[in-house]
Amino acid sequence: MELLNDLIFNYTLRNIALGSALLGIISGVLGCFAVLRRQALLGDAMAHAALPGIVLAFMLTGLRESLVLLVGAALAGWLAALLLLLIIRQTRIKEDSALGIVLSVFFGFGMLLLAAVQRQPDAAQAGLSKFLFGQAASLVAGDVLVMAVLGAVALLFVGLFWKEFKLLSFDPDFAAAVGFPTRVLDVGLTALTVLAIVIGLQTVGVVLMSAMLIAPAVAARQWTNRLSTMVLLSAIFGAGAGVAGALISATGRGIATGPTIVLCISAVVLVSLLLAPGRGLLWTWQQQRRNARRMRAELGGGSR
Amino acid sequence: MQHAIDVTDLTVAYQDKPVLWDVDVSMPPGVLMAVVGPNGAGKTTMIKAILGLVRPAAGQTLIYGKPYREQRKAVGYVPQRGSVDWDFPTTVLDVVLMGRYGSLGWFRQPGKHERAQALAALEKVGMAQFASRQISQLSGGQQQRVFLARALVQDAQVYFMDEPFVGVDAVTERAIVGLLQELRAAGKTVVVVHHDLQTVPEYFDWVTLLNVQKIASGPVAEVFTEENLRRTYGGRVAFLSRDDGTGSGPALVLPTPAKQSSAFTD
Repeated sequence: MELLNDLIFNYTLRNIALGSALLGIISGVLGCFAVLRRQALLGDAMAHAALPGIVLAFMLTGLRESLVLLVGAALAGWLAALLLLLIIRQTRIKEDSALGIVLSVFFGFGMLLLAAVQRQPDAAQAGLSKFLFGQAASLVAGDVLVMAVLGAVALLFVGLFWKEFKLLSFDPDFAAAVGFPTRVLDVGLTALTVLAIVIGLQTVGVVLMSAMLIAPAVAARQWTNRLSTMVLLSAIFGAGAGVAGALISATGRGIATGPTIVLCISAVVLVSLLLAPGRGLLWTWQQQRRNARRMRAELGGGSR
Repeated sequence: MQHAIDVTDLTVAYQDKPVLWDVDVSMPPGVLMAVVGPNGAGKTTMIKAILGLVRPAAGQTLIYGKPYREQRKAVGYVPQRGSVDWDFPTTVLDVVLMGRYGSLGWFRQPGKHERAQALAALEKVGMAQFASRQISQLSGGQQQRVFLARALVQDAQVYFMDEPFVGVDAVTERAIVGLLQELRAAGKTVVVVHHDLQTVPEYFDWVTLLNVQKIASGPVAEVFTEENLRRTYGGRVAFLSRDDGTGSGPALVLPTPAKQSSAFTD
C-alpha cells in the first residue's frame, strides 16, 4: 500500500516506474521482430557499440543532457550495424565472427574513452559510468519525456508498417517480389531497434540491454501462435520486468538496475519455457509420456 | 503473338563465377513450362533474376512485353518451401493473405474481401479446414499447398514456382498437377522448377533445359530429347526409350546409380 502511494506521489519513484515501463514496452515490441528475424545478436552488438557514442558525445559537447548522449549512442549503434553489414558483404568473415569483432572493438574503445574521461577532475563527467549497468534512480522527468516521445515514434512506425514488417520477417523474398522495397524496410526496422536500445540505455545499461530485446520476445513466443498476441505479451512482460526490477533496485543503495531488471525478465523466461501450454518443456514431457503409455497399451493389447 | 515471358541475354554472376550465362527463353501464354537441369544449373537463380530478387549482370526480362517492375501485379511467385521459418507465429489464413499485400500496397490492411479470396484459394488447394491452423503444425505437403494458395490469391497471369513438387506426398503432387492444369485452362502461364525428369512429358507442355547456359527450350515433344538431356546432365543419365512405338522421345529416364543423388535432388 505504501509502495502504491509512493508510486503515485513520489516524484523519483514515479519517474523510475514510468521510464522502466516505457523501456520494457518498446524493447518488448521491437525485440519480437529482432528475434523472429534471427537478429537478436545484432541488438547486442548495437547496444555495446553505443558506449563510445555516449562518451564521445559528452566529450565533444560537455553536456550531460540525456538527449545529447542518446543521440551519440544511436549514431554509434547505427555505425556499428553498418560496419557489420560491410564486413559480412565485403569479406569472407562469417556473421557470428563479424558480430564478435564489432561488439568488442566498439565496447573496448568505449571503455577506454570512459576511463580517460573519468581521470579528468571535472565533476561533470560523474555518472557516465551508469550507462554500463544502468541506474533507474537517476531518471528525471525530462528523461522520461524523451523516452516517451522516442517510444511513441517507434510504436507509431510499427503500427503503420505492421503488415510490411510482418511480411519482411516471414518471407523477405516474397515481400521483394510483390514490390516492397525490402532494403528500405530492413534499414527502417533496424533503425527502430536502435531507437529501442537507446531508450533503455540509461535504465538497463549497454552491457545487458540486449536481454531486454530478446528475453520478453522469447517468453511471449511460448504462450501464443499469433504475431499480434506475441508482440502484446512481449510488451507486457518487458514492462512488468522493467518496473519490478527498477523498483527493487531503487529500494536499496548500490543495486544496479540493469542486472535486477534482467533477473526479473529471466524469471519470466524460465517460467514460460517450463510451463507454457503447447511449447513448454513440462507440457512436452507430459505429452511424450502419455504417447509412450498409449503405444505400450496398444502394443500390449495387440499381443494378447 | 505476344509472348508471356521474354528473357534475353540473362547473365548472373556471384563474384567472378557465372551462375547463368546468356540465357534466352521465350514462351507463349497459356503454357506450362518445366525448368530442369542439374544442381547449380541456375534454375532458382533464373527465377529470382526474373523477379528482381537477384541483380543480373546483363540481360532483361519482359512479362507480356513490359519490364517486371511494371507487371508485378500480373506475376505470382511460389518460393522454395524451405526458404522460410515455418515456426513463425502465424496461421495458414494469414500466410495466404500475404498474397494480397502487393495489391493492397502501403498501410492498407487486408479486410473481409481479402479474407474471402484467401479462403477460396485454400478451398482450391484442399486446405480450407486448416485456415486457422498454426503453420508449424503442417506437413511438408500442406506447407506447399499453403504457398500455392498464397500465389493463387495474387490473381496473376504468369506464375513462377520454385520446386513445388519437392518433398511432397502423392496426394499433394496430384493436387498440384490438377491446379497447374486449371491454371493453364484459364489461360495462365506457369514456369516450374522441376526435378523429376520422368514426369516432365506428362505434366508439362514446354521445357527449358538449363545448365548455366540454356541447352534447349521449347515444346516438350521437340526439345525433351535424349541428346539434349545428355548435353544438360553431361552423360550422367541413362535412357530407356519407349517401346510402345509412339516415338515421342524418351519416356523413362534413369540416372546412372553413382550419380543418382546429384541428378535428381537439389
